[in-house]
Amino acid sequence: MLYKIKKLDKLMLYKIKQSDKKLRIKSKSLSEKSPLWLKTLAYGGLIFLHFPIVFILINAFVAHDGNNTYLTLKWFSAAFARDDVISAIILSLKVATVATLLALVMGTMAAAALYRRNFFGKEAITTMLILPIALPGIITGIALLSAMSMLDIEPGFWTIVVSHATFCVVMIYNNVVARFRRMPHSLVEASMDLGADGFTTFKRIVLPQLATALLAGALLAFALSFDELIVTIFTAGHEITLPIWLLNQLARPRDAAITNVVAMMVMLITALPIIAAYYLTRGTESIAGSSK
Amino acid sequence: MSSPANPTKTSMTSAYSPFARSLGNTLYRKNNLLLFLLLTPPLLWFGVVYLGSLFSLLWQSFYTFDSFSMAVSPDLTLENYRSLFDATNFDIILRTVSMAIAVTLACACIGFPIAYYMTRYGNLREKGFFYIAVMLPMWASYIVKTYAWTVILSQEGILYWGINHLGLTFALNHVLHIPAIGGNTLATSNLGRFIVFTYIWLPFMILPIQAALERVPTNLLQASSDLGAKPAQTFRRVLLPLVFPGVIAGSIFTFSLTLGDYIIPQLIGPSGLYIGTMVYTMQGSVGNMPLAAAFTVVPIVLIFIYLAFAKRAGAFDAL
Repeated sequence: MLYKIKKLDKLMLYKIKQSDKKLRIKSKSLSEKSPLWLKTLAYGGLIFLHFPIVFILINAFVAHDGNNTYLTLKWFSAAFARDDVISAIILSLKVATVATLLALVMGTMAAAALYRRNFFGKEAITTMLILPIALPGIITGIALLSAMSMLDIEPGFWTIVVSHATFCVVMIYNNVVARFRRMPHSLVEASMDLGADGFTTFKRIVLPQLATALLAGALLAFALSFDELIVTIFTAGHEITLPIWLLNQLARPRDAAITNVVAMMVMLITALPIIAAYYLTRGTESIAGSSK
Repeated sequence: MSSPANPTKTSMTSAYSPFARSLGNTLYRKNNLLLFLLLTPPLLWFGVVYLGSLFSLLWQSFYTFDSFSMAVSPDLTLENYRSLFDATNFDIILRTVSMAIAVTLACACIGFPIAYYMTRYGNLREKGFFYIAVMLPMWASYIVKTYAWTVILSQEGILYWGINHLGLTFALNHVLHIPAIGGNTLATSNLGRFIVFTYIWLPFMILPIQAALERVPTNLLQASSDLGAKPAQTFRRVLLPLVFPGVIAGSIFTFSLTLGDYIIPQLIGPSGLYIGTMVYTMQGSVGNMPLAAAFTVVPIVLIFIYLAFAKRAGAFDAL
């Protein structure tokens, strides 16, 4: 019943908004047009945000030969011929995949448990989930490192995965909990009333509703893990993930051409999931990726 | 709550065994059991792995570091916290905090017009374009962006080249001679570090402001101008108070992220240590884990103070 009232409320609100829009179109005055200085500032800001990225993209294709500057693809083949580049890429992909899967399971569980019920300690649990990205990365990193050295755990692949999964959980949680809140619980009740058991209801009713939220969350978590550096430095030991490889490259300016190419690839591998996540959740109340 | 499923109604065929079926139904009926089962794995992970690590770090900040033998012994002491207030260490804290404040202010000044333009004047297409255009740099790899800036700011870089061609080299030299922000070159000056920090954290400021602006009803602004307020007055008396929590929300990110960073201060700017680089060297090359741990408490305390202040300003409703 309450749900129906809310829906009605929304309908009314929508109608009011529509009439408001019509009114605004009628009374369209000069002040509705953007002043030029504001437009300049806004687009100037965007240029500031994109100029280093474009710079990297262009640099990946440019070669100097004496006084000539020309476009080339030779840095790509040079980069892919390097074993250290390939193994760093593979390690980062592996870490991101495993960390995302772990985070998917835990984030969904936490979201399912927390979205509807109020109980003592709920606030504390949500705060705890957010803590790994709310605190500066160096604190998470050094804390995990100190715990590892206390327990005599050798840093390696699994310690990287554990550290990444820890801050990826909140990405999944945020996306899934928002979707759960939008999903009317009466759907689950109706399914159970019609004789479906708990698992069938989960598989046939809940999961399809969650699917895009899960996918978007997973894409974000993957992108977050793939280029994480701050925490990884502490938990990686001797392993070299792609961001660590890039950091090491900064001390080798002669290698700059290959660094540019790898930098561009990192950019693409993280950008594509982000755009996909945006389109998957567009039009819902919480758009994925709006908080990192 | 609805009644539990009637076992005689089997219109939906189940692929599960009777045992799994009754288990599923029990879980649905016994809400607390389900809650317990769902919460245990994440709670174990976060409670044991994450909070456990944090507490072990906190605990180690009370250990004693012997500077002669370079060894850590588990004798509890408050000496590490006291030494935070030594002149050199306190300088590090002040240096980091003032950079964090400067970066936060700059991000707010640059970010506000972008957010304002995209919400007030952008049509649907333009809004989407701006949204993606802000989100992409935010998610683009941190190390790649920093790397790009080290190349751009270097003396053979594009910025020096541009300034040279515009004939502004003398102006740059003047700026670099100002004591607090200058340095030998852009890449080794506080100005350069400030630019990079501002660049990297700017999107984290734009999106919360944009979200806050989105929530301001247009008719409030119309009413204000109908009642005779000039645009500047409307902005200052109506819009800004409503959007300010969003600015504070964004500043939480820019402030906290600058406080904890230890890569950018290593790569760009003068040699003075920051909280992050101090923690990193103490933990790594010096092996003074207790002091490193005590130093990590500084940003935590500062951020909690800042969060308390932000909560009073209503920033959490804007997140």
